[in-house]
Amino acid sequence: MTTLRNALRLALLAALFAGPAEAARIYITNEKSNDITVIDSDSLAVLQTVKAGRRPRGVRVSPDGKLLYVCASDEDGIQVFDTATMKLLRTLDSGPDPEQFAMNAAGDLLYIANEDNAQVTVLDVVKNQIVANVPVGVEPEGMALSPDGAVLVNTSETTNMAHFIDAKTFKRIDNVLVDKRPRYALFTPDGGKLWVSSEVGGTVSVIDARTRQLVKKLRFDVPGLTAEEVQPVGLRATRDGKTVFVALGPANRVAAVDAETFEIRKYILVGQRVWHMALTPDEKYLFTANGNSNDVTVIDVASLKAIKSLPVGQAPLGVASSPN
Amino acid sequence: MTQVTPGLPALRRLGRTLALAGCLLGPAAAAWSDPLKVEIAFIARARAPSPPYVLDPPPPGEGADGARLALQENATTGAFLDQTFELQNIELAEGDAPAEAVKPLLAQGVKLFVSALPAEETQALADALKPSGALLFNAGAADDSLRGAACRSNLFHTAPSRAMLTDALAQYLAARRWSKILLVAGPGAGDAAYAEAFRASAKKFAVKIVAEKPWSFGPLARARADAITQSEALTFARGVDADLIVVADEAEDFGDYILYRTSEPRLVAGTQGLTPTSWHPTHTAYGAEQLQNRFIRLTKRRMRPIDYQAWIAVRAIGEAVTELRAADPDKIAADLQSPNFNLAIFKGAAASFRPWDRQLRQAILLAQPKSLIGLSPQPEFLHQRNTLDSLGADESESACKQGMK
Repeated sequence: MTTLRNALRLALLAALFAGPAEAARIYITNEKSNDITVIDSDSLAVLQTVKAGRRPRGVRVSPDGKLLYVCASDEDGIQVFDTATMKLLRTLDSGPDPEQFAMNAAGDLLYIANEDNAQVTVLDVVKNQIVANVPVGVEPEGMALSPDGAVLVNTSETTNMAHFIDAKTFKRIDNVLVDKRPRYALFTPDGGKLWVSSEVGGTVSVIDARTRQLVKKLRFDVPGLTAEEVQPVGLRATRDGKTVFVALGPANRVAAVDAETFEIRKYILVGQRVWHMALTPDEKYLFTANGNSNDVTVIDVASLKAIKSLPVGQAPLGVASSPN
Repeated sequence: MTQVTPGLPALRRLGRTLALAGCLLGPAAAAWSDPLKVEIAFIARARAPSPPYVLDPPPPGEGADGARLALQENATTGAFLDQTFELQNIELAEGDAPAEAVKPLLAQGVKLFVSALPAEETQALADALKPSGALLFNAGAADDSLRGAACRSNLFHTAPSRAMLTDALAQYLAARRWSKILLVAGPGAGDAAYAEAFRASAKKFAVKIVAEKPWSFGPLARARADAITQSEALTFARGVDADLIVVADEAEDFGDYILYRTSEPRLVAGTQGLTPTSWHPTHTAYGAEQLQNRFIRLTKRRMRPIDYQAWIAVRAIGEAVTELRAADPDKIAADLQSPNFNLAIFKGAAASFRPWDRQLRQAILLAQPKSLIGLSPQPEFLHQRNTLDSLGADESESACKQGMK
């Protein structure tokens, strides 16, 4: 099996150097059908649907690409799948109602937002042991770790704050007020800025990660839509840090934002109620999970055009891409 | 009569520790330097226990429990900002006048009040609070008069008005093209007001009331098996060519009796059947599941509309205090009515207060007892300013002459 996978990897590597897009796996969590859809980023076809725990939401792939972590929110655990076989390996003790989580570069620590419990749980995945519990505001959701691994950020949806936490001591450093219902936090790849989406406020706050002062508040004036329909949720940045994609929820659009000038380059029409997104490792495609239309939209990143939609399970929410 | 719920002392201690840590960090801590204590009082009438045969009776603590949950949430946020919140719960016994009951609180300096009282008492209480500069949040009374001619500059409404409820229903009926309505109103004053609100909604959204019949057969929905069946009650709607019967029965005396007992098959909506409401146990979208769970964990029961409306009132106060770093009622009133104020209330679009009558803009759920049918405003209805203003009295229709103070 391992030999086969190594062979596959070599083939992938060869394919990469040969020019055309490398095939990656895209994993979609379907909140209501309690399963995970696996998509091939090359053929843009659904490869398989795998049963998951109740209410799968946050999802990430380990840095080595071997493990898939999925929050089973209604089972108070994080499920670990072998990406090669998509077999469930074990379920980790995440604390109650895990929703979103961040992972360190080594892939051995998860930082989990316990939505129903106003805390962040730090979990050692090797030992399946909780390392720390950090009390935060009401309804913690967004989790981000700075690229240097020093600062952890959590957003609390009802307290309306981004909590900055020292990732070594797990003490809170600062609490920054943002607009209503902050859902997602994203560090820019250089670690200089933190982007926070506010679903009900309808804005994205860009915060200087060092001074923790607001740099810019982005608003989204989508032609033909009312302000209430614009509810920013998921965020993704390209590796060069030049573009940030903002999923606008029931506006059924993804905004492509120039991360230097903050100019909104384009609103891309996607499926209904777009939640989270992931880029393929080659950054050729962006996949969006559309919660109300039960599908995934594939966006061509170069042209900023939606090129395909794929039916998935019920209420797709999370998207993760294999790292290679 | 008065009991104090301390706002999460542990968190407050945490807040102080944080504030201390903040001071050591220097300038960033400036905002935390002066501790702020925010006192809120919730006032409702004590309720006599319901007899056991009443299904789903109003639970003790209805309303107060919603305020209590919101207070905890405010306290959690406040702990990060060195703000503490306290809630006093006033239960009025029979014969107690609200204006008298609040005197000791006013003497203590309490300026923020939330009530779940009938319209007349709400209005009298707002007037009694006015000289002290105190604010009242009406989480109970749906009367349109309180938002209209009887509005007060220190009175905010988190309970939806009857007009908002019936507009929400009429929008749904119009969207479904169920436009022929038989309207049946009960004998109560609230029933008459509900029927009047529905007539206005029907006109506004082009739903046709083809006939109106008063209900004059008594509280048959409450009758038990040995009650006499009245044949008139089974035939009163015969021959009316309607798609649906809208009932105005706030006392729950007959609406549930009509369903399945008409000569011709007819749907029922209004105060029974398909009901417009601010909150419902079946609502879990827009993060509502989290609020439902938090409430159940705190109270071991499900959140009811009055709980939700009291929760919103205390949360709105908390949000204003967080933004202002002050608890001065004048500042809070101005902040709540400013165009920048909004509040997440788990129904999608952000809630805010209409400056012309201080009514909370909010989406309205349409539900039958065990299933959520929809959420109004319906997508078919637009508004030039805020789609939520398609529900209830818009600025140009408002009879409230007391604008922002």
